[in-house]
Amino acid sequence: MIRENRSRTLRTFGWDGLIQIVLIGNSIVMLAPIVIMVFSAFKTNAQIFQSPFALPDFTHVGNLVRVWTETDFVRYLMNSFIVTGASIVLILVLGTMAAYALARYEFRGSNAILLFFLAGLTLPLKLAVIPLFIQMRDLGLVDSRFSLIFIYVATGLPTTVFIMTGFIRSLPNELEDAARMDGASEARIMWSIMLPLVRPAMVIAAIQNVVPIWNDFFFPLIFIQNNDLKTLPQGLTTFMGEFGTDWGVLFSGLTLSALPIILLYIALSRQFINGMTAGAIK
Amino acid sequence: MLSSKLTGRRLWIAALVVPPLAFMCLFLVYPILSAFAYAFYEWRGLVRGDFVWFANFHRVLFEYPFSERTLNAFTHNIVVFFALMILQNGVGFLLAYCLWRELWGARFHRIAVFLPVVLSTVIVGLLWKLFLHPLFGAVNVSLRAVGLGTLAQPWLGQDSTALMAIIVANAWHMVGFPTLVFLAGMQRIPSEILDAARMETESEWVKMTKIVWPLVAPSATVVFTLLFVGAFNWFEMPFVMGGIDGSPHGATDVLGLYFYRTAFGSMSASAENFGPGSALAVLIFLFIAVVSSVITLKLRKREIQL
Repeated sequence: MIRENRSRTLRTFGWDGLIQIVLIGNSIVMLAPIVIMVFSAFKTNAQIFQSPFALPDFTHVGNLVRVWTETDFVRYLMNSFIVTGASIVLILVLGTMAAYALARYEFRGSNAILLFFLAGLTLPLKLAVIPLFIQMRDLGLVDSRFSLIFIYVATGLPTTVFIMTGFIRSLPNELEDAARMDGASEARIMWSIMLPLVRPAMVIAAIQNVVPIWNDFFFPLIFIQNNDLKTLPQGLTTFMGEFGTDWGVLFSGLTLSALPIILLYIALSRQFINGMTAGAIK
Repeated sequence: MLSSKLTGRRLWIAALVVPPLAFMCLFLVYPILSAFAYAFYEWRGLVRGDFVWFANFHRVLFEYPFSERTLNAFTHNIVVFFALMILQNGVGFLLAYCLWRELWGARFHRIAVFLPVVLSTVIVGLLWKLFLHPLFGAVNVSLRAVGLGTLAQPWLGQDSTALMAIIVANAWHMVGFPTLVFLAGMQRIPSEILDAARMETESEWVKMTKIVWPLVAPSATVVFTLLFVGAFNWFEMPFVMGGIDGSPHGATDVLGLYFYRTAFGSMSASAENFGPGSALAVLIFLFIAVVSSVITLKLRKREIQL
């Protein structure tokens, strides 16, 4: 009996050990490219080619300074901030408005409207880029940030309405009814009583939208040609062409571009993981 | 009094619902409906010409040189789908199974596997392009360093390896997503079922294939369907790593790139060609819609209600 137990413990131990090795190996594969990228940002070409894995001299910041001062990196970064920020604000405002109406009021057609939003979840807008291009040209929005913002709002609304409607429905009625008894207007009830309770769902919705919008490359490629308006992913491809042979600068550009989202992810990893898998987990 | 209050309520609801609906209609639904219409017209540059029935579809499916390129790209999409099924979803399932044991450090490993997912495809693609450089890239440098110099090759520069190299980079980028979706599915399996299984068998393999795999079926449905849609919409990774022409020699050409080239032109090909471009978009759209619905329905049947 004791012997059997011991062999069992040993077997579990061996199995767990194997799993631990797989996990450690995988984490190395996941992190090593990012670590090499950051290391290379501090190296010269010769150092990168001869010893790509060696620790660099972290005081050698010349490459990073060159990216910051000699390229349009800062401009691209600002453009990405403006486009992403404006899109997220609009998505949250409009998404919460629709979700609130659908979740808190009974009215004719509310189910149809919810279904309409849900249908939007499955539409790949990339394939409609030809009519979208002609439409934007007619509206005078080609080479304008608004083309991107409007597209991101339209593609971001379905998931946001989906998440927010579910959340707002789950809120209790008592507070709302009490306020209504006291004669508060519908707008006042929504603004002062319900909205403060919705914040957690707003964080999830914001994160779910922020990553694809910040990272998007396809729509800027179609709609933005003016260098002054390019977003970071798009600007990065331009910049890689210009500094094609200076690998230290290339790795610096990649490192600086990846840094904002990596830092945000490390600080908020739980929210990121929840937010980005929210649509796939019922 | 009552009726004025009711109209007020109606106005209030309309004020909440109409602006978001307007955005959806104007920038999502209307363009997609137009895409269907556009495919039936002849286009001269950006100007719409005559209604030509199925001429554009006929061109991209049956006329040289369109037909050959369509078939070449479509074949590559199929390869991409099956390769990522193994490298991304298969590996993701195994990693989820490992993380599920909640061993020491599992939280760290979970954060690590998802880190590349938050990065832009452009950053990941450019990074791997540098790593795969034939002379100076970290991959070949390390192969030479450990004495495997004969294996070092121009990964992205030859027909035989280019597509696979981009697929592997894609798998590195996205494997964290199926991993964490599967993990969430595993965490929802009730512990009574697992305890019962532990009484019956000691084999991890039996537990994995007979208990866990069927019970994470809902996660599998989602992850498989998303991969299918992603594989046939594949654009950014091959664009960044292989270029708009799917170099070398169209070895990395996929439907997304081919559609973009046809519609908007490229350095080597001519200018815009909206007719065949729209026809391609409609065909890709219908193919994705029909097959992903079939996949979803088939896979849903497999799901067990607990």
